[in-house]
Amino acid sequence: MTEKTNLPATDLKNKTLDWLDERTGWRMVRDLMDHKVVPLHAGTAWYYFGGITLFLLGIQAITGILLLLYYRPSVAEAFDSVRFIMTRVEFGWLIRSIHSWSANLLILAAFVHMFSVVFTHAYRRPRELTWLSGIALLGLMLGFGFSGYLLPWNQISYFATKVGTDVAASVPIAGPGIARFLRGGEDVGAATLTRFFAFHVMILPLITFGLVGMHLLLVQKHGMSTPSGVSPSRLAHMKFFPNFFLRELAVWYGVLAVLGTLAAIFPWELGLKADPFASAPAGIRPEWYFLAQFYTLKLIPSHVWFFEGELLGLLGFGLLAAGWVALPFWATGRDGEQRSRLVAAAGVFLICYLATFTILGYLK
Amino acid sequence: MRAPAILFLLYWSLVGGVPSGSAADSCMTCHSAMEEGTKGPSTLIRNDVHIAHGLSCADCHGGDRSSDDPSIAMSKAKGFKGNPARTAIPKFCASCHASPDIMRKFAPSERVDQYQLYQTSIHGKRLAAGDANVATCIDCHSVHDIRAVKDALSPVHPLRVAETCSRCHSDKRKMAPYKIATDQFAEYRTSVHWEAMTKRGDLSAPSCASCHGNHGAKPPDVASVAAVCGTCHVLFQALYEKSVHKAVFSGEGGCVVCHQNHAIHKPSTAMLVGPNAVCSGCHEAGSVPARTAAQMAAWIDGLDRALRQSETVLARAEESGMEVSEAQVRLLDGRENLVKSRLALHAIDPGEMRTPIDAGMVIARETLDAGQAALREKNFRRWGLALSVLLIGIAILAIRFLIRRLEARP
Repeated sequence: MTEKTNLPATDLKNKTLDWLDERTGWRMVRDLMDHKVVPLHAGTAWYYFGGITLFLLGIQAITGILLLLYYRPSVAEAFDSVRFIMTRVEFGWLIRSIHSWSANLLILAAFVHMFSVVFTHAYRRPRELTWLSGIALLGLMLGFGFSGYLLPWNQISYFATKVGTDVAASVPIAGPGIARFLRGGEDVGAATLTRFFAFHVMILPLITFGLVGMHLLLVQKHGMSTPSGVSPSRLAHMKFFPNFFLRELAVWYGVLAVLGTLAAIFPWELGLKADPFASAPAGIRPEWYFLAQFYTLKLIPSHVWFFEGELLGLLGFGLLAAGWVALPFWATGRDGEQRSRLVAAAGVFLICYLATFTILGYLK
Repeated sequence: MRAPAILFLLYWSLVGGVPSGSAADSCMTCHSAMEEGTKGPSTLIRNDVHIAHGLSCADCHGGDRSSDDPSIAMSKAKGFKGNPARTAIPKFCASCHASPDIMRKFAPSERVDQYQLYQTSIHGKRLAAGDANVATCIDCHSVHDIRAVKDALSPVHPLRVAETCSRCHSDKRKMAPYKIATDQFAEYRTSVHWEAMTKRGDLSAPSCASCHGNHGAKPPDVASVAAVCGTCHVLFQALYEKSVHKAVFSGEGGCVVCHQNHAIHKPSTAMLVGPNAVCSGCHEAGSVPARTAAQMAAWIDGLDRALRQSETVLARAEESGMEVSEAQVRLLDGRENLVKSRLALHAIDPGEMRTPIDAGMVIARETLDAGQAALREKNFRRWGLALSVLLIGIAILAIRFLIRRLEARP
């Protein structure tokens, strides 16, 4: 009796799915999901950070689009429009605070993800391009942070952008050109705001969209990396869907709770409207993720031998960044031997440097 | 050829510190070479504004500065005047300072009526009558190290002028023959004017000369005190002129009847009601004017309290992370109304005060509402957060349950 009533419905469902598969090939995605597995070992928990980063990126996109409904990117209106969002728009304060807090957590999660890749040596062959696309995405996240910081057009963000673009200007040869390109003129002003807005809501998101797609595709192609020296075939595995995905979902919920708590208890401040004629507020400093570099530049004397101190600092950062980007290439010796200890030491050194100088930058 | 040139340049660099006007000045050359005590003003004069303008000793004292021979340089034939008598000093200075042609060369914007004004002052009149103890130009401006008024080291710089006047006017011995009180400076130092000048660095705040005049120094007539105060407190004067007090106080000293002259303290409603009320000096307790004063004090205090309450609530909301800057800006308008109501008080007309008081009370209520709404919103957010975290917790537990059920299957 039941079979008789269900048969036509099942038939219709299968026919519809077949029709869709013929046109979209969705079953291929389902097969991929069915076959995707996650290796189980002591470091499995680190896999969650890639997902957390992606989740926070999604939050940024949604809250960013909502903010766009009210934000007005001009010197005359930017600050007031953000204040309007904070005070008059229903739940505007929550959207803006989540956007700001999520931006910070996103960069933190991206850093944790990157260091987990370093310490589990997940960058090694054939995942060099996955590493490079990940590093490029981290750079883009920092770019989002730098460009988004100016958009409320408040006193702190105005002067922090001034300092930031001044640092860019001190890069040899191309520096003044880069600074002019970023500012849209000789100084931070109306042109800078519209330019940063364009970077923040159009240029950077487009590049990010492409790079995230490439990164995920590469992760899918190569599968989850296992710790070096352990054969994947000797490890137990968990199905990605639904077992790992449900766990990841629970983690996302946890992150959402943290985000909501931060936004509700510590709503993101608006400060005072930027006044280009006012003197810079005391103790001006960039966001925490640029603080280590900022403090290092402050510590370097104005002249070291024949070199300008700031120039030397930027040169050092440039070399360090280049070495870090090229990590998969120098981490493997000519004989194919992994330089695991050297990489781990470099990772520990970088973490210690960033942590120490960030804390000192806050305290000094 | 090169050696003499170097020696010349060396000499030039050594004497370079002396302004150009006195480069070939025998007065400076001789007096500087004298022993300490007989050097005269040759050291002191280096800081003098006249020297800075290229003038020299001979421009005031006469004589021939180009001659190295003292008998020629300081001969009467060469116009040497020596030190002027004390009674002749104002005229001596006025020979240049009252001349537009001369002053135009050095300080075109400088006034040239100081001597004329001085002659109208008490100082000038007494000097003309032969009293050599009164102040002349050099008693205030110093002599030989005369600095521009805007120079902070000048004794007549706004920050120092009261102290300069007090050198004589606080000296009981000097003032005894004139039967003048000597506590003005001590009183002035307790005033809001002194506080504004010295603690807040407001150089436009009044000191002695602002009310009494400088060169035409003279105490204001009792009838003109309000006009003197009104040069700065314009709106207060306008309302006072309309008030019933105008007719009564003009023979008593105007503003000073309530505010005193030198010891002008920060006004408060304690001047209107209470044991130290100035009103009670004329109006009996319970009389209509005393009741009006009490009413006006109550309005001012009421608005002040209401604004403070709003301020406190808004500060609490701000500390909780709420965005209340618009209400805080609005509160400034409320404070302005409080100032206006204190101003309106001087018309001694309750009707005049109602407008700013009412406007201020409306703002106080609006901003209080805004602050309380922000605090309610804060609580709503906390409850919303608690509920969201609870729902998220339930969702996590549900996922955990689902995973267990899934993984329990064979």
